[in-house]
Amino acid sequence: MQYSWFNRNLRWIYVLPALLFVLLMMVVPVLYTVRLSLFEWSMSAVSPPVFVGFANYAALFRDQRFWDATVNTFYFTIVALAIEVALGLAVALLLNRKFKGKNIAKTVMLLPMVATPVAMGMVWMLMYEPSIGAANMLLKALGLKPQLFLASMTQVIPSLILVDVWQWTPMVSLILLAGLSTLPADPYESADVDGANAWQKFIHITLPLLMPTIVIATMLRLIDVLKTYDIIYATTQGGPNLKSETLNIYGYVLGFQYFKFGYASALLVVFFLIVLALTLLLILFRNRTRDAL
Amino acid sequence: MSRKHTVNVLWGLLTAAILLVFVFPFLWMLLASFKTQAQIMSGELTLIFTPTGQNYASVFQQYDFLRYIANSMIVAVNSTLLSLIIGLPAAYSIAKFRMHKLSVIILIARIVPGISFLVPWYIIFSQLRLVDTYAALVLSHMLVGLPFIVWIMIAFFESLPHEVEEAGLMDGCTPHHVFCQVALPMSVPGIVTSSLLSFIFSWNNFMFSIILAGDKTKTLPIAVFNFMSYAEINWGGLMAAACIITLPVLAIALVAQRYVISGLSAGAVKG
Repeated sequence: MQYSWFNRNLRWIYVLPALLFVLLMMVVPVLYTVRLSLFEWSMSAVSPPVFVGFANYAALFRDQRFWDATVNTFYFTIVALAIEVALGLAVALLLNRKFKGKNIAKTVMLLPMVATPVAMGMVWMLMYEPSIGAANMLLKALGLKPQLFLASMTQVIPSLILVDVWQWTPMVSLILLAGLSTLPADPYESADVDGANAWQKFIHITLPLLMPTIVIATMLRLIDVLKTYDIIYATTQGGPNLKSETLNIYGYVLGFQYFKFGYASALLVVFFLIVLALTLLLILFRNRTRDAL
Repeated sequence: MSRKHTVNVLWGLLTAAILLVFVFPFLWMLLASFKTQAQIMSGELTLIFTPTGQNYASVFQQYDFLRYIANSMIVAVNSTLLSLIIGLPAAYSIAKFRMHKLSVIILIARIVPGISFLVPWYIIFSQLRLVDTYAALVLSHMLVGLPFIVWIMIAFFESLPHEVEEAGLMDGCTPHHVFCQVALPMSVPGIVTSSLLSFIFSWNNFMFSIILAGDKTKTLPIAVFNFMSYAEINWGGLMAAACIITLPVLAIALVAQRYVISGLSAGAVKG
């Protein structure tokens, strides 16, 4: 049968609109950002962009605020990621049995991650409020000293980490719970015959079999934790005294508060390379563990 | 037997405690939204009080939240619909004609920090005078929705039994008709899943909207954020606003729990 021109070229016609969108809205803007990072421009109509070569990058690497933001980003990412994966695994194991209300439990865990982050940031701000918040009420009830939380230069990042952990641990748990349900029963049966205890079964069977899923959950979280923006900007905007300013926040401030588009672009390029490098590192690690099995 | 029973009770208590931690902020938000400013500022744990509807009334009367709700709806619905219209055929083509190299683009889209799109868009949109229009917001929100819809639907179309589609071709349907009349109706669960999540992503979006929305098109997250710029924070009003903005999303999660979970973990399980 001879199809019309339309049907013969269907595969290209189907992808074309999406491809055009991706090209115009994503590829071109990213390339433009890379180009802009070699210019100095503050979006003024009178003075056009001036080519400065790698001067923006050179300035960036001499900028103490950039290094502080890098340290904050890694501090926030490493601690939040470690807690989310460990806690997420623990909660997944806890929920991985048949019980009444399992669906209710899953729904409850879904709420923090779908709720609007800005609104949740506001709720946590109220809970962290030193004089009227729930957090200090709890500390007082336990006989502990009240704290400043988001207003304290040392506690601000741990306080934000707690919000991220609250919001995203359920995602790790739900992914791992799905992974746990696909594990084969045979190894556990033979371990029971050998008289293995629960801990031995976890270390020698569950953990190795679940590893690929754990690595993927870690990777998805890594990408998003590095780029955390909503809860930080909504609550502290990087404060107090820039102590919670991450690379994403600093990039935003440079671009849209100082309108230093060239300099902001240089930072964004470096930031993108960091996210990309860490993601590739994890993919490499995943392939290694997969080969080892 | 009794030891096993104790273990079960302990396990149940632990599960309940953990779930309580996850819902606690929601309960606190709901409680505070019905309190007067004086009750909140007292710093006492007031659990029993006469609830006031004043916060909700002021959110609609003083701050014009109806308009922000409408704005958020318009942007979320349109960006999801447009993403479906151009995303579904693309996903089908990638799945059926094995054009997997194209799906790499989707992964890269996930990795690139959103702000690196935002700088060029802001420059272009302000030159085209599109800042503070629905068009700019819809286009920017599609950037999250479209890759997501394509990603979920590739997996979904791949899992369709191709016997059915082949039977359609044998009967003399064109490939285009097979897609519209066979593949799409069979993919309703996948379409529901990806549309719900695309809607939620758009509804919650803060980063793109804070730059590209203006007075006319301000969406809910920006309106809630702007609450803080008043000298003394009106906590009751803020919590009422937070309740209003989270309500639709929570309703979706409660009603379509299964879909939302499968959507959120789709990328992960497939690997």
